[in-house]
Amino acid sequence: MVASSNDEIRILTPSGMLGYGFPLDHFRLGLAQKPHAITIDSGSTDSGPQKLGLGEMTCSREAYMKDLEVLLEAQREARVPLLISSAGGDGTNLHVDAFRNMIAEISRRRGWRFKLAKIYADIDKAHIARELELGRVEPLGPVPPLEPGELQAATVVVAQMGAEPFLKALEAEDVDVVVSGRAYDPAPTAAMAIRAGFDPALAWHMGKIMECGALCAEPVGRNVIGYLRHDHFEIEPLNPGERCTTASVAAHTLYEKTHPFLLAGPGGTLDLSHCRYEQVSERRVRVSGSRFDPGKRYTVKLEGAKTAGWRTIFIAGARDPIFIGQIDSILDRMIAATRAYFSEVPEETYRIIPHIYGKNGVMGDLEPVKTPAHELCIIVEVAAATQALATAICGKARTTLMHAPYPARIATAGNIASPFTPLEIPLGQACEFNVYHLMTVDSPTALFPVRYEEIS
Amino acid sequence: MTTVPTPVRDIAKVVRSKNAGPFEITLDIIFKSKEDYEAVKKSGVITRELISELYNVPTQAIITFGFFDLVNAVKITLPRPRVQGGVGETDMHAAQQHVPLQEIRVPWPA
Repeated sequence: MVASSNDEIRILTPSGMLGYGFPLDHFRLGLAQKPHAITIDSGSTDSGPQKLGLGEMTCSREAYMKDLEVLLEAQREARVPLLISSAGGDGTNLHVDAFRNMIAEISRRRGWRFKLAKIYADIDKAHIARELELGRVEPLGPVPPLEPGELQAATVVVAQMGAEPFLKALEAEDVDVVVSGRAYDPAPTAAMAIRAGFDPALAWHMGKIMECGALCAEPVGRNVIGYLRHDHFEIEPLNPGERCTTASVAAHTLYEKTHPFLLAGPGGTLDLSHCRYEQVSERRVRVSGSRFDPGKRYTVKLEGAKTAGWRTIFIAGARDPIFIGQIDSILDRMIAATRAYFSEVPEETYRIIPHIYGKNGVMGDLEPVKTPAHELCIIVEVAAATQALATAICGKARTTLMHAPYPARIATAGNIASPFTPLEIPLGQACEFNVYHLMTVDSPTALFPVRYEEIS
Repeated sequence: MTTVPTPVRDIAKVVRSKNAGPFEITLDIIFKSKEDYEAVKKSGVITRELISELYNVPTQAIITFGFFDLVNAVKITLPRPRVQGGVGETDMHAAQQHVPLQEIRVPWPA
């Protein structure tokens, strides 16, 4: 194992997301720099609530297996910790175990052995309910206060762990691989640097940049390496065709963040408003001046989603200008006729939502262009209590739209062009984020149990 | 100096929108140079009031609005028009909500 020297720790991150793949030649260039750890994040709420709501993962099992095999092989070669955070995208216990099973399967096939530490992040809803009563759970941003009913409706609730659970997991000797549940994205990188005795502010800032891979480079890329020293860190993409510039690294913290300089995370806020960025070589940038304010209380972010009925859609093309010119009133009449036909189903228990591409399908009411295109793609989304009912309502809406008369109609055989069968496409269960709150905790580690396992 | 109204898309290096968590959308305009950034800032065209109008959000609901000198960028964070990924979603990643910003016209040297 490469010991981090007293004056530098090197961290290699091959990609901003496990399962997206990364160029192996650049990864090899990174390994040649003798990193002290390999970190990679797998988490995001970005692709939707169905992961937490239904237990789905961000990427396919096949994609995870491909990336994991490369990473495990590199771990064996480099003999440094491999830290994987937010397993499966949502970081539920289910997906920590799924990753464990994939690692076990690869190890069996390749005859490898690993000491694995698993860190879980599912939070008992009864615990959250008690904390809620004590006033220790608050909305994060423009979110309604948490209602006990909503908490119970959530399929599962996870919390984003900070660096401390990783530090705890690494206390055991010779841990090869850490797989964590939901974690603040920079936590694995920050933990490695804090563990080696470096400034937490710089550690968090470097982690914040590296959790996205080489997104901080121009052009953006995948593999990135960070060199953290006592009063600064340096960052460089591993693809020789990419470069970090002071502008690209400074601007990176704008990405996906509420504020460019104040980044709140578990246990405090990173303040980047006094940072200094220097170009130290053509492709490498030095950063200093990061600050970290631990805050008065230690809070963790809770995330949860519930199922919210079943959906069916139909997709239709429209080309007739006489029809397109009246699209809003035609769709209003379609909805009214469908609702009249299903008068026995309580109105508020289902929704019929048209998406009109070529008019305002992307921006809805915010669309500044008011003239529709010469052809439209109309997707009608129906959400109802069961799949069968959603499909029935969707079918009625489609046939109504197909054959509805409208003023000045001369194309009397059918109003819409249907590209696919099934004409009504069942989408399964809809989900909705319903927990996105901060919870005050007494201990940064107590909610995140660590379990060790020898994989062979 | 003669100026003509020029869309931000012809001036900026980056104009983008993205989720900042499931309940917020964040918009960035990053300029090619300090000079361009300062000129746009000085023009006074991009204001909270303009953003309020373009995105149909009351000014007091705007979470972040600012010109950030260190990064030559304007950053705006707003409540998401609907919670990400629920029924009725049109843009899961909020990746295509930046166009009204591109079309803002700033007086620019002809």
